[in-house]
Amino acid sequence: MSTNIEAPRSGRISPRYTRSKSGKGNFEMFAWLFMRISGVLLVVLIFTHLIMNLVLGDGIKAIDFGFVAGKWASPLWQVWDLVMLWLAMLHGTNGVRTIINDYAEKNSTRMWLKTVLYAATVVIIVLGTLVIFTFDPCPANATLDQLPSFCPAP
Amino acid sequence: MSKLPAGTLYRGREGQWSWVAHRITGVVIFFFLLVHVLDTSLVRVSPEAYNVVIGAYKNPIMGLGELGLVAAIVFHAFNGIRVVLIDFWKKGPKYQRQMLWGVVGLWAVTIIGFSIRHIPIIFGGH
Repeated sequence: MSTNIEAPRSGRISPRYTRSKSGKGNFEMFAWLFMRISGVLLVVLIFTHLIMNLVLGDGIKAIDFGFVAGKWASPLWQVWDLVMLWLAMLHGTNGVRTIINDYAEKNSTRMWLKTVLYAATVVIIVLGTLVIFTFDPCPANATLDQLPSFCPAP
Repeated sequence: MSKLPAGTLYRGREGQWSWVAHRITGVVIFFFLLVHVLDTSLVRVSPEAYNVVIGAYKNPIMGLGELGLVAAIVFHAFNGIRVVLIDFWKKGPKYQRQMLWGVVGLWAVTIIGFSIRHIPIIFGGH
């Protein structure tokens, strides 16, 4: 006597098997999709960032205040770094959220770890965004040799 | 009865180990990112503060750390593309193992190339 076994998840899922009653909607599906889309974009954003900052010119030895000021004088690199900041932080936060959900077994432990994670994420994204947009390439508290060449002599 | 699971080794082999490596490199990159935004934020304090802290990245020990970080990023990037292909390409699951060896090969070539560029910079005077 053969038994007919239904293919899993074929058609509608019986309400008995829906795990979350309070309807989280499709959040986890969007999170999964976001990881793939942001991941592909981050490969381009970060590889370019690494080539610009570590490979070309004098590599890491060339990085100082003047180097950063020279880059952020261009709106292209401001937007580049802004998009990279937001995508990388959200991608990383979602990855660590997944890891916390996988390994922290107690509800309270998971809740606390994720609270700390989200707090750090908000602080870093807000701080980074403010730094990019309020950056002054020619501040008064500097000597001329620390500044990019386009700054007027004091 | 023991609360401990009987074993945590799933199917093992390339699939599981690449997943482990993807998690570890991801966490390493995330924690560096937090520090990296903080150090870059020093440009808002003063040029001197930024230059002093970024100067710490230029000694040989930190330079080797940067090589390790770049190695983690490049693996995570290439393996991430493999994950996308497994999920979205019809033949992705069938070729996941071959794609992992492709990832490892491309990763090795990239890191050797980067080392040739980076190591003389961090150990040389200039």
